[in-house]
Amino acid sequence: MNTLPKLIFELSREGKVGCGLNEADVPAEPAIDAALLRGTPADLPQVSEVEIVRHYMALAKLNYSVDAGFYPLGSCTMKYNPKINEKLAAADDLQAHPYAPHDLVQGNLEIMARLEEWLVKLTGLAGFTLAPAAGAHGEFTGMLIVRKHLQEKGDARKVVLIPDSAHGTNPASAHFAGYEVKEIPSNSRGIIGLEDLRAHLTPDVAALMMTNPNTLGIFESDIAAIAEALHANGSLLYMDGANLNALLGVVRPGDLGVDVMHLNLHKTFATPHGGGGPGSGPVGVAARLLPHLPVPRIRKKGDTFEVVYDDPRSIGRVKNFYGQFLVMVRALAYLMALGRENVMRVAEDAVLNANYIRKRLEGKLDLPYKAPTLHEVVFSDDGLPVKTLDIAKRLLDFGFHPFTIYFPLIVHGAMMIEPTESESKETLDEFVAVMEVILGEARENPDLLRQAPTRTPVRRLDETLAARKPVLRWRKGGDT
Amino acid sequence: MRYLPLTDAEREEMRKVIGVSEVKELFSCIPSGKCHFPLGQLPAALSEPELVAAFKELAGKNAFSGRLSFLGAGAYDHFIPEVVSYLSGKGEFLTPYTPYQPEVSQGSLQAIFEYQTMMAMLTGLDVANASLYDGATAAAEAVLLAVRRSGRSRVLLASTLHPEYAAVIRTYVQNLPIELRTVAVEEESGRVDGGDLRSRLDDSVAAFVFQSPNFLGVVEDGGSIAAAVHERKAYAVQVVAEAMSLAYLASPGECGVDMAVGEAQSFGLSLGFGGPYLGFMAVREEFMRQIPGRLVGQTRDLDGKRGYVLTLSTREQHIKREKATSNICSNEAWCALRAGMYLAVMGKAGLARAARACHLNAAYFVRSAAGMKNIRVVYARNFYNEVLIEVKKGSAAGLAAALKKKGILAGVPLSWFEAGRKDRLLLAFSEVHDRAAIDRLLAAIGEAS
Amino acid sequence: MAQENLLFSKDHEWVRSEGGTVVVGVTDYAQHELGDVVYVDLPAAGKELRKGDPAANIESVKAVSDVYAPVSGKITEVNPKLNATPELVNQDPFGEGWIFKMSVTQASELSELMDLRKYEEYLKGIAGE
Repeated sequence: MNTLPKLIFELSREGKVGCGLNEADVPAEPAIDAALLRGTPADLPQVSEVEIVRHYMALAKLNYSVDAGFYPLGSCTMKYNPKINEKLAAADDLQAHPYAPHDLVQGNLEIMARLEEWLVKLTGLAGFTLAPAAGAHGEFTGMLIVRKHLQEKGDARKVVLIPDSAHGTNPASAHFAGYEVKEIPSNSRGIIGLEDLRAHLTPDVAALMMTNPNTLGIFESDIAAIAEALHANGSLLYMDGANLNALLGVVRPGDLGVDVMHLNLHKTFATPHGGGGPGSGPVGVAARLLPHLPVPRIRKKGDTFEVVYDDPRSIGRVKNFYGQFLVMVRALAYLMALGRENVMRVAEDAVLNANYIRKRLEGKLDLPYKAPTLHEVVFSDDGLPVKTLDIAKRLLDFGFHPFTIYFPLIVHGAMMIEPTESESKETLDEFVAVMEVILGEARENPDLLRQAPTRTPVRRLDETLAARKPVLRWRKGGDT
Repeated sequence: MRYLPLTDAEREEMRKVIGVSEVKELFSCIPSGKCHFPLGQLPAALSEPELVAAFKELAGKNAFSGRLSFLGAGAYDHFIPEVVSYLSGKGEFLTPYTPYQPEVSQGSLQAIFEYQTMMAMLTGLDVANASLYDGATAAAEAVLLAVRRSGRSRVLLASTLHPEYAAVIRTYVQNLPIELRTVAVEEESGRVDGGDLRSRLDDSVAAFVFQSPNFLGVVEDGGSIAAAVHERKAYAVQVVAEAMSLAYLASPGECGVDMAVGEAQSFGLSLGFGGPYLGFMAVREEFMRQIPGRLVGQTRDLDGKRGYVLTLSTREQHIKREKATSNICSNEAWCALRAGMYLAVMGKAGLARAARACHLNAAYFVRSAAGMKNIRVVYARNFYNEVLIEVKKGSAAGLAAALKKKGILAGVPLSWFEAGRKDRLLLAFSEVHDRAAIDRLLAAIGEAS
Repeated sequence: MAQENLLFSKDHEWVRSEGGTVVVGVTDYAQHELGDVVYVDLPAAGKELRKGDPAANIESVKAVSDVYAPVSGKITEVNPKLNATPELVNQDPFGEGWIFKMSVTQASELSELMDLRKYEEYLKGIAGE
């Protein structure tokens, strides 16, 4: 029987209690006008603790997770989330109020300072802000830094160049920073060549936003020359660090000429993805951009850590308080566990795994770009009797989460595969075997794929209905 | 290394299949001249026991534990039932990806749908999204939404917004054709100056953003504000920094407000030194297609079974790119899921009771402080859980320091914030406090003169 | 709906003249490319547009597409049925799925559009790419 859990509201019954707190022990004398109070309590559920546990356990059973299996999602770096990090991040002695006086939270400030130190060493940039809450937030922050820098030089420019293979957050972030976005087409090698850049480089270009390796998994080999050309033009180079997993311990973006970049702690640095967040998107800058980093900033003075809140040259504050502190704790713990001995091994195994998959699937799927790839590889649906979507859905029936589909946009029916270093050879072999079975099914019995998945808790869902007649909440007596 | 499953034998096998003798060859596309990686500068790897010891040492450098705290100003200490930590910590909730493949993500999707529903109930509005980063960025997103939808470019901000929220809004609009103006506070009442508001409202104004309870702890008359703002066809945006207040005070929807945004850290999230927290946004139905952030919607599968999906995605960056309603991608999904669990556990009666306790505790303090010589309660009525006191002798920071020596974190001095008055201290009360704790605070304040 | 009387733009809008105003929609090719239409963002009546300005916006589940003003003019009417039944764009793109009507300020611009035959050739050209 495959019935799905009821909504918590459907389990609710008058008089059930889940809460174990006391009444206030002060006299019940409010000091507020009755007109300012709620008339009736919000109709939150009334469910016992027992039933709440059952409810969420039932929901848990419906979820795939990286703890349970492989996520070959390109540019997501769904690597293992170490469990010791959860324990460390839950330690009572870290859970300070963000406005606790600084002398009482020196440990927390040191954690942030140490993480910044690690990130500086890994990237070769001069300094980091840990404030941004996610990659997109980091991109936005980075673009504001670019803008502030150019404004101070009296050289405000209007345009940001972005490759057509870029993640959608790149143009969105540039737009919110007040820039006009111009798309540069990737060339036939799948990268942005120096000549491709030159063709678009005008005095009005503030920056180029580049992901490296790019979303095809290909290293942007012209990047150093591109950085030089940009700098000669008075422009800056922004690097989207989503794919840093391929470069850890191998090459530092700062050495390639990158001026500003963001990192994703929830990708490269193994913090849990949580079903969509929280992430953390620290932004690193070259020395001349340091004054523009957002506030607050942690600074060491002698033996003490201080916090700087004001800086007229800063872009300002981008977030409440310090940032995603407990995410930073996990990232630091991960790095400390890896140490210098293993940092490069991460990139090596990630790249080895991806190339292994590429080699094993190369003959079976169309590979539009033949250049060497690092930690991820993108196949197209060219020559397939079914759609990429159908292959993805059939993978679900075999217990695998699909790869990223239909991105990057420059590959038709894109299948973007990034195994990460967390996967064993057994898992990769199993994945390849399943892909071979599915491709065989695609030829012999394509309808099996079009009907997939059939072994999951629900089958394909009507997204058209969801968007035409949006039902975004439960209502009592409503149609559910 | 325990996080790296490949053995050397397997690596060799795989290299053979690929056709390289050294893994270095796979990196040959990177100009070797650039590959000076100073690995020696990095610390050595730590075993698990060493890692535990290292963090114990770091945590040991903190000294806030064991102190009685009345710190608030945007982050609040509430009791978190153990069930919330237990359930949210399960790998099935902590380690999935974003639910883009809904068939294997119904757990996350349904949990967030429940959270969206609960936030809509608490705010009294129609649609709540699946989270934003925090209260401050949620306020900034509301400003952008109001401007986008109205086509007007001026936004009024109450001077009694949390200063960090106002700062983030300013950062967000700095390069956009949006003008911000501040509406003054009426010192006497601690509320938005209605006259100043009316004088600044005209057809160029997209929205008025006010906080209630505001940064001084005072509860605004949301209904009057909304009415005044609507007269000029602008949007009324209420910021809520202490989400617990939604369970005690008249809801933003009841007051006639168009959008409610703010911070839901109070719903089951640890103080965590400031993050990760949980920005929320709830709006009237008319804004549904422009609201930023992810939305979970209900639908049916091929067999007619009820199920959930991310919907109205065309607003988002992965489709609309530079025309998107926001650039947000990763959000605070796990925090929202945890908040939903907290709200389910607390339930209708439990949350109302806890919310009321916060006010009763604050009210008890205010009554008891009435006769005190060295402090004066600035707004002795119509506050929710936060009380602003004026220190009559010396500074607020000085009083806080004196109480700190007695093991009490009395409150946040307003001088911490730009242009904040040096004689003012903001104290936050919560259901975690009991009468004895408040009595101890009062005694310590009394002794500090 | 007789397509012979229609004119077409390179962005797959169709145009039908009705005296001084035109009715505008998107072609069968366009609705097929878009997939299931879930929402149509319509312009306000009275809005003035130049040829090529984005006039309306069609959202499907996975994509969003601008509908451009094929000529310069002013919006006179929008299709009220599209709010409740956006799927009309898919089901009857040349008939019930019309999107907006606008007055024409520069009649000469109509001659810059393609007739049915030219549009069909244009479609063949796209398919060949």
